[in-house]
Amino acid sequence: MDRPQIIECRELTKVYGTQVAVDHLNLTIKEGEIFGFLGPNGAGKTTTLLMLIGLSEPTSGSATVCGFNPTREPLKVKRVVGYLPENVGFYDDLDAIQNMLFVSRLNDIPDEIARTKIAELLEVVELASEKNKKVGNFSRGMRQRLGIAEVLVKEPQVVFLDEPTLGLDPDGSARMLDLISSLSREKNITVFFSSHMLDQVQKISHRVGIMLKGKLVASGKIDDLAKEKFGVDKEIHTLEGIYMKYFKEGAK
Amino acid sequence: MKGMLVICRKELADHFSSTRFILLFTMIVMVSLVMAYMVGAGLREELQGMTKPTLVFLLLFTSTGKLFSLIQFIAFFGPLIGIVLGFDAINKERSSRTLSKVISQPIYRDAVINGKFLAGVTLISVMLIAIVLLISGLGLTLIGVVPGPEEVGRLVIYLIISIFYISFWLGISILFSILFRNIATSALAAVACWIFFSFFVAIGAGIAADMIAPVDQNSVAANPELLIRHEQARTILSLFSPMSLYSEGTNTILDPMRKTTQTVLLMGPMERLSLSRFQNPLPLLQSVYLVLPHIISLIAITLLFFAASYIAFMRQEIRST
Repeated sequence: MDRPQIIECRELTKVYGTQVAVDHLNLTIKEGEIFGFLGPNGAGKTTTLLMLIGLSEPTSGSATVCGFNPTREPLKVKRVVGYLPENVGFYDDLDAIQNMLFVSRLNDIPDEIARTKIAELLEVVELASEKNKKVGNFSRGMRQRLGIAEVLVKEPQVVFLDEPTLGLDPDGSARMLDLISSLSREKNITVFFSSHMLDQVQKISHRVGIMLKGKLVASGKIDDLAKEKFGVDKEIHTLEGIYMKYFKEGAK
Repeated sequence: MKGMLVICRKELADHFSSTRFILLFTMIVMVSLVMAYMVGAGLREELQGMTKPTLVFLLLFTSTGKLFSLIQFIAFFGPLIGIVLGFDAINKERSSRTLSKVISQPIYRDAVINGKFLAGVTLISVMLIAIVLLISGLGLTLIGVVPGPEEVGRLVIYLIISIFYISFWLGISILFSILFRNIATSALAAVACWIFFSFFVAIGAGIAADMIAPVDQNSVAANPELLIRHEQARTILSLFSPMSLYSEGTNTILDPMRKTTQTVLLMGPMERLSLSRFQNPLPLLQSVYLVLPHIISLIAITLLFFAASYIAFMRQEIRST
């Protein structure tokens, strides 16, 4: 896969008071890739995501997303990047279409174009039958799918998903994973997502990164990481085994 | 700019459809109508058989009738409108986790707060203009006096001051909604501010004036200027309350017979005589000059609080958790 780089972090660092949330992070991601970002709670995954979309300023170091610096040109980055926060929120007294219409207006998309696009996207995320229901009545899985649809309204080149499957039932998260991998496959959208669900990450990502206490301790293809940690002869490896090994080493 | 208008439009739609706003608006319209009716009916009796006094139309707004005048009502309850419109502006978006989503769209971060403030100010303007027009209409039918250009001019200035006054409270409540994550806390803080400025500043000004220039029977007889100094100290200190800034400003604008914002004047017999012989209304421009400091201070504190919330919002971390 020799595709152009789309995300690059150089020595990216974020310090909150005395606590180092992200510590000299170096990372590159190629176009069309699905990158799974792993790590325990509080490892700095969300902070990294926020810095990459320009919502948070790095203390030092820099990043490039789609050729722009998110700190200096946040608007240009936000125009081509979609972000689904963990537990995304909606305006509960508006219906699905109104919520999406608000986002598309913020993206400067004319209403006529937006309406047809919203109808298509709701079809894709299987919410077309619920489009006139108030979002306050949506289940968690529906909200999460609506979140994805909302992110796609602006036709992003890169999407950042923060814990997209958190709190979903098995069926819901399977549908979510299908959706995510179809984004990369069909629309060539780069997906950068963070998760705790190791088996899910293994299922869909091309490459993974493991973050511990603000440091990226490993990144690469799952097979390569397995070779590195278990030796070549180990045939059956799960991401969980690799992850736990790194985790235990990091805890030492 | 575009993002700000989109947010402003959504906020307006939200406000107009919210039960909170409809309740408040109904209440205020009802009270103003009842008040205008009572004042109008009273005026009609008083004016019967008199030649037309000058600028009688404005009495609709300043005459206290049986309870209080419209000016007093707005001075007192106007802050509540501002607070209700703004106390959950930012922290509600935060707690429903929509804020990080909105600012991850290609808009500047200040579009959010500008849009919200603009929507609030628009709403306040619509509300006040509606009330003034309603009362004017009612007054026209009740007392049958048509307002002249000067009266209309005075009403317009009154409206502008009132819009700034209520926007000041909107600014305060938006500031609290940024500073406090909890919606109840920010509402309480704003209400506390309102009570403090409305009651305690006035009481405190009296006490402080007593300390600066103590007044009793003997000292006043010996030195009448002491009384003036006492009054001045009290007035200046009470002006720290936006409420007294507002009521003094609007009273002078709407009542052309008021020629000074001072409450106590030291006058010799000749001055008193001349004052009673030349009871003519002040021209509009002179009234404006008289309260220009009040108006400017009111606008300044409104902008100050908006600037404070702007800065607080721009510096805040966005993390949803």
